[in-house]
Amino acid sequence: MTAHTSPHQWPAEGLSRVPYWIYSDPDLYALEQERIFRGNTWNFLCLEAELPQPNTFRTSNLGDMSVVVTRDANGAIHAFENRCAHRGALLCLVPRGERKEFACVYHNWTYDLAGNLTGVAFRRGIGGKGGMSPEAKPERHAPRKLRVEVLAGLVFGTLGTDPPSLETYLGPEIVSGIRRVMRAPVRLLGGYSQSLPSNWKLYMENTKDSYHASLLHMFFTTFRLNRLSQKGGLVVNHNGAGHISYSMAADVAGSEYEQAKMRSAQDGYSLDAPELLQSVDEFGDGIGLQILAIFPGFVLQQIRNSLAVRRIVPQGLERSELVWTCFGFTGDDDRLNELRLRQANLIGPAGFISMEDGAATGFVQRGSRGAPRELSVLEMGGQGTSSEESRVSEAAVRGFWKAYREQMRM
Amino acid sequence: MNIEQKLAVEDLNTRYAEAIDEDRLEAWPDFFSSDGRYLVTTAENVAQGLPLGIISATSRAMLRDRIKALRQANVYEAQRYRHVLGTPRIEAVNGTLRARTSFMVARIMHTGETTLFATGCYEDRIILDGTGAQFAEKTVILDSRVIDTLLAIPL
Ligand code: FES
Ligand SMILES: [Fe+2]
Repeated sequence: MTAHTSPHQWPAEGLSRVPYWIYSDPDLYALEQERIFRGNTWNFLCLEAELPQPNTFRTSNLGDMSVVVTRDANGAIHAFENRCAHRGALLCLVPRGERKEFACVYHNWTYDLAGNLTGVAFRRGIGGKGGMSPEAKPERHAPRKLRVEVLAGLVFGTLGTDPPSLETYLGPEIVSGIRRVMRAPVRLLGGYSQSLPSNWKLYMENTKDSYHASLLHMFFTTFRLNRLSQKGGLVVNHNGAGHISYSMAADVAGSEYEQAKMRSAQDGYSLDAPELLQSVDEFGDGIGLQILAIFPGFVLQQIRNSLAVRRIVPQGLERSELVWTCFGFTGDDDRLNELRLRQANLIGPAGFISMEDGAATGFVQRGSRGAPRELSVLEMGGQGTSSEESRVSEAAVRGFWKAYREQMRM
Repeated sequence: MNIEQKLAVEDLNTRYAEAIDEDRLEAWPDFFSSDGRYLVTTAENVAQGLPLGIISATSRAMLRDRIKALRQANVYEAQRYRHVLGTPRIEAVNGTLRARTSFMVARIMHTGETTLFATGCYEDRIILDGTGAQFAEKTVILDSRVIDTLLAIPL
């Protein structure tokens, strides 16, 4: 066996090669849950706006583990394992709501909104018979609490024993990329999920792959709405965990829209309703697209005025759920709200420029299934993970593997 | 509601589903009035009063663009649908008809893999005039919030 064929050992070429066993090894799946999702990484849990007032909650995930995120009576945010101290049943069976405490349905043990065990049914038995001994300490088995940090309206959590602070984990460029988008109090617009026929890592690589954008997604090129002159860049942070890919809007003032209309007389490749592309420069910096992804499973998206958070939930080796939540801001006027809802046609499972991603990751899963010992090649833009002006680069994908190997100790 | 209206709605529903299932997608926008609205959303969004659509079109022109994009730009594996529609419940409200119809859609991949892809109901506003019936508004409310892989062909 050569070095790269032995399980769990990275190829000698380093970050420019990815072994295909990484998407198909069942042992690795369990190890990832432990070392990555329940390890020293920061995981996006939900928008703060999803906990609109005291005594509200929503469920989320750390990898394939269910967690409950709450806002307590004093407004503080908590997150804890969705697992009862008694027999391990789910504590919370609905995705969101209002509640002052949680009661497990199985034997009615109760918890406060910080995840503390507050009551054991018939703890002292009935009529002096049954119950637990006074020495019993069921509290010791209470659901594990996550450390929680909120950054610009985004709630992150970690179960790691030794994680850096969230801002240290992200680095200053990623933090400012987040603050740029999260410019005001959030208004939820809605959500949906996409069930992806692939390992979770293939989706995260896809979001960090700035090279595929104009090659796989033919919507803009087919309708000749892309400009080669569009400036942009790629930022990869110090530990590889965070990246930002961005490009300037071709023309935020709307002449792109006019051009699309003019072309309609000339050929069939034009939009009948080019208002789909009308947008406003709400951030005032001319950036039309910013994709920001954070290891292990979070994406913050700005595609013109379409804003969304996405988080990936692994569901076994070859399946993952991509949870989308789209939002605007409480101060949006009707016009901006309308633009956001119309531009939502660009994204999601039916999105003109994103429907392909769901399928493409599945193509890799199926294509590489019989080749665990072969390697994929990541050499666009060299072998490193540094930021650069060109998006014809796989630097951010290599960054993903840098972070992955660090957490997996691989 | 009279029997002619009921027959017209059922006929519209049948022809609509047939056009999609037989891959006559270029005919699909013409089932809508020129300012017809088409929204695909989830029961969860509707219950929360949230406006987001998975697909959201406010004119026939937008529907034509969607079909053009499917034919010329978007990349997806060959697939077909088979719609099974329930009996519509119809109400006449000042000149327009409102219809609610349950549906189930199976997706048949080129590989032969057949799955139950979507279930839900259509909430429609239908204009009936001398020339025929058209959707002024069609809201596709999916029972589940999860779409498998992608939603290319309309529902
Ligand atoms: S499992 Fe929760 S109370 Fe028994
Ligand atoms: Fe993509």
